[in-house]
Amino acid sequence: MVAMSGGVDSSVAAALLAEAGHEVVGVTMKLWGGASDTGCCSVSDVDDARRVCDHLGIEHHVFNFGEEFNQKVVAPYVADHKAGRTPNPCVECNRHIKFDRLLKRAEALGFDSVATGHHARIVRVHGAPRLARGADAAKDQSYVLWMLGEAQLERLLLPVGEMTKQQVRDAAERLGIRTAQKPDSQDVCFITKSQGRRRFLESRMEATPGRVVKMDGTEVGSVPAVEFVTVGQRRWLGLEGGGDSMFAIDVDVEGGRVVVGSSNDRLVEAQPVNPVEWVGEPVEGILSVQCRAHGRAVEGRVVADFSNQGKCRILWNEPQPRVAPGQSIVFYRDDMVVGGTTALPVSSQTADLHGYADVAVKLSSHLPNLAGIAASNSAAR
Amino acid sequence: MCPEAVEAMQPFYADAYANPSGAHRMARDAMRAVNDARDLLAELWGAEPGEIVFCSGATEADNLAVFGVAGAVSAAGSASTAGLSASNRIVCSAIEHPAVLVPVERLGGMTVGVDSLGVLDLDELAEAVDENTALVSVMLVNNESGVIQPLAEVAEVLTEHAPQAVLHTDAVQAVSWLDVAELTRLAQLVSFSAHKFGGPKGVGVLIVRDGVKLSPLIHGGGQERDRRGGTHNVAGIVGMAAAAEATAAERQETVARIEKLRNRLADHLKTAVPDVVETGVVEPGSADAAKADAVKADAEISDAFTDRSRKIAGSCHLCFGGVESEELLFLLEREGVYASAASSCASGAFEPSHVLAAMGYDRSLAKGSLRLSLGTTTTEADIDRACAVIPNAVAQLRRAAA
Repeated sequence: MVAMSGGVDSSVAAALLAEAGHEVVGVTMKLWGGASDTGCCSVSDVDDARRVCDHLGIEHHVFNFGEEFNQKVVAPYVADHKAGRTPNPCVECNRHIKFDRLLKRAEALGFDSVATGHHARIVRVHGAPRLARGADAAKDQSYVLWMLGEAQLERLLLPVGEMTKQQVRDAAERLGIRTAQKPDSQDVCFITKSQGRRRFLESRMEATPGRVVKMDGTEVGSVPAVEFVTVGQRRWLGLEGGGDSMFAIDVDVEGGRVVVGSSNDRLVEAQPVNPVEWVGEPVEGILSVQCRAHGRAVEGRVVADFSNQGKCRILWNEPQPRVAPGQSIVFYRDDMVVGGTTALPVSSQTADLHGYADVAVKLSSHLPNLAGIAASNSAAR
Repeated sequence: MCPEAVEAMQPFYADAYANPSGAHRMARDAMRAVNDARDLLAELWGAEPGEIVFCSGATEADNLAVFGVAGAVSAAGSASTAGLSASNRIVCSAIEHPAVLVPVERLGGMTVGVDSLGVLDLDELAEAVDENTALVSVMLVNNESGVIQPLAEVAEVLTEHAPQAVLHTDAVQAVSWLDVAELTRLAQLVSFSAHKFGGPKGVGVLIVRDGVKLSPLIHGGGQERDRRGGTHNVAGIVGMAAAAEATAAERQETVARIEKLRNRLADHLKTAVPDVVETGVVEPGSADAAKADAVKADAEISDAFTDRSRKIAGSCHLCFGGVESEELLFLLEREGVYASAASSCASGAFEPSHVLAAMGYDRSLAKGSLRLSLGTTTTEADIDRACAVIPNAVAQLRRAAA
């Protein structure tokens, strides 16, 4: 079963599998019933997928998962903003819909595997499947697929992961696929370019006007909606006057304020995060950490946070900008995804390294306690 | 398409190509063909030839009925200011086809509910309508449940509570199964679609009784006495008439034959599959049974059998618990059984059924709805196949979900 968005990647994925002799059925999911102009899953995109299937001589079906999409992706998107978090709806859609709901349906209908056009690869490590970055670094989508576990990876095929984007488009031309030159969809499928995130949210939630203050408490401006400000944001902060460029450092919905600071003020030595979901066993040591889709990966290490029961922190090798709470953070080792989590707000306590023992994260109770090893690492530091 | 329609249309796809709106002899020949079709349909459907308005199908006919009456009311300025904006100016049942529901919604109209059998709540209708009501639309047969609406009683309610209101009925699903002329006698506007009775797609009729004022949707050309502009689909109109004639001639025999096949199918599936409900019927001993006594008195229906008297003969509609329609249809298709669920939208995906919701069906049951429509070409072998395939498919899906 190939999940087809109407874009060139999933079209080529379907074509390659059909060419290789598999029995392929193309499926487009109907997720969002409202306006859609970002190039993914609108009615015209469904038509594109259908016509590509006609051209390839394979069946095309449309599955309506609109209700689940609203429940699991759109409603939480609004709720997260209300709480001052910045969610990745595409990550949630992958987690709950594409690689859960759809996978279950594929199984119920007797399919052996599900394939998508994602730019990522599945590799084997001692026989176990792992997600790895796609061949085209600029287009790598492993970041939004971090939640996939071994069971899911076993039943997943990613046919275009070994190809560069140019190779995919060339293949599309060779195969006569009509979407060969279709531009890639960039943004969230349920927010139209014309409407924008602000108006989408405004129609679904009450916004809290807030003060904009510096880190020392001096008031420097105001915003009509605290909930629409993202940590790391630079524009639309309601600031008067020039001076050093200011960035949003903290979003406090309850307190009705946005704290701003300089470029340096953004930096922290440790980033608090939710408990890490490891793909297999927890991985110790320095990892390559990516905090945004197509963001540059930087080095850091995961430790347990004693001050905050159950939560973790990433200790950066070099200070990094605070990550917007709610954003996915993905851990790589040798270009493979080993785990992921979401960012928590940075408070003054958690940004401070001193006074906490470094303990390797132990999330499975049957694993040996590595605290002793970590303590000796700490002593050596 | 029925062979009579195919044959009747042939000349018009070849040499008989003239435009009936023209003035010369060949044009007049074409117009004669259109008017012969008009006369035939008028006769069959209980209307005057001048009351037949040809259009592109029932969706257009429904749109013309709703927007047409609303437009005429606005233009005439005959309603008081309060009346023009009254929410009960345009009223329809909650189970109408989107071709009626969407126009009603656009005009700020309101809906009237149905009971668990899918029959319009006449008391609720009586409450809803008054001197502000301009149009009431109630379909004669619902396309999902197959249930027949009590149009005569609806007309009675309107005579008493809203005598000025125009009654429209979408009769699309009724032609193959019922005496449409008799049942729609009291409606002022009636919609038809040729492809529902063996005719070609893209052509239909709106009966507009003499005296009903309509504001046209398609302007220019002046065809159909200025009610619907555009060159006539001559082949389609001729095909529609031929199909209607053939259908009427065979109707009684078809109904008797198909009813037996439908009953066998529905009875078998209810025995072979656990947790399944047949919609639009009264099961013996159920709460609805007492209510349906009035109907049973007229027919000879045993207390021990499922009472399907409210439905057309070709409709078999079931809800399977713990199953998703999309998945069931996928598996059935692979076994050569082609069925349907609720209505499809522009993208080709199925939407949840507003009809089942209006009938008060639980979401979990409504998600597993299956519509098996029987027609003139359905055979015993088709029923055998469906009886064999459906229980297995349902079982497979229930195992996967467990």
